[in-house]
Amino acid sequence: MSDARIEGYARALFEIARAEGNLDEVEDELFRFARSYESSDALRAALTDDMVPADRRQGIVESLLDGQATSTTMQLVSMVIGSGRGRDLPEIIDSLVARASASKDLAVAEVRTAVALSDDQVSRLKAALTNSSGHEVNLKVVIDPTVIGGVIATVGDSVIDGSVRTRLDQLKSRL
Amino acid sequence: MNLIAAGGDIDPAQSVNWLLPPLSELIYGGIASVIIFALIYKFGGPAAKKGMADRTAKIQAELDGAAEALESARTEAEEIRRAAGDIASERARLFAEADEQAAALLSEGRERLAAEIADLEARAEAESAGLAGRMGDELRVEVSRISLSVVDQLITETLDDATQQALIEDFIQKVGAGS
Repeated sequence: MSDARIEGYARALFEIARAEGNLDEVEDELFRFARSYESSDALRAALTDDMVPADRRQGIVESLLDGQATSTTMQLVSMVIGSGRGRDLPEIIDSLVARASASKDLAVAEVRTAVALSDDQVSRLKAALTNSSGHEVNLKVVIDPTVIGGVIATVGDSVIDGSVRTRLDQLKSRL
Repeated sequence: MNLIAAGGDIDPAQSVNWLLPPLSELIYGGIASVIIFALIYKFGGPAAKKGMADRTAKIQAELDGAAEALESARTEAEEIRRAAGDIASERARLFAEADEQAAALLSEGRERLAAEIADLEARAEAESAGLAGRMGDELRVEVSRISLSVVDQLITETLDDATQQALIEDFIQKVGAGS
């Protein structure tokens, strides 16, 4: 899909979430769904299979998110999947998150850890990244077991890698 | 007839000689014998001579044939002896040639075998060295892979919650300190 079309979808989702008045919550739910969507081959295959009717794909989305996310989030994902843009869903959502952050003059900070962070850790990490990057950040935490341990933080084009995975990779390359 | 009749009438006891005939008979008989012998000599002599000559010629011819056969047999015997000699020398030559060829083949075979053995040994050594190198490389790679796998597993197993939290706190502290 072209960047313009992705931007178009992202803008539409952004405007709907803002109009519904729960942009922050929807943005966060969409971000987490996008990461789950990226990490699950089976889910991606089911939601991008053109042989599966659109209403059935939408039914899968609704059964997955029912009770786990707001109805706005569920409807937005269902709309994108129903329109046959499932392959571009992560990019559309990332664009939406960037747009939402920009609207609040925030930089998106994606943090990957092997275990969940406590609220206190999130707060301190957010402050540390804000100080480090010089911008207020919209912190997005992704639980990623491949990190093994430690943290990988991405703010814009900057990557701060303190993961065990990367240290092991460095050790492997030296060996 | 008179003689016969006279003879028949003669008494042997009245004869001149009881052994010898009368002289006239001797004369007549001698003349007749001479005539007969002369006729025999005149008419039978050539035939007899011819027969003797023919017989002589036949015997001579037989003698010549025998001599010729003897000579031929001698010649043939000589040829056979010479051929036997030739066969022996040819046999000796063939044996010598065969020995020479066998020796040459043996020598050539030994040289070829020695060269092939040397080549095989060189290739085997090269392959062995290459194999040892490859095995060494593969072994090192395998050891590294296993080591890393073990390290991965050990680290994953030893990363308890306290360690995870310590790593996260360390990261937050470093990022905060970096600002």
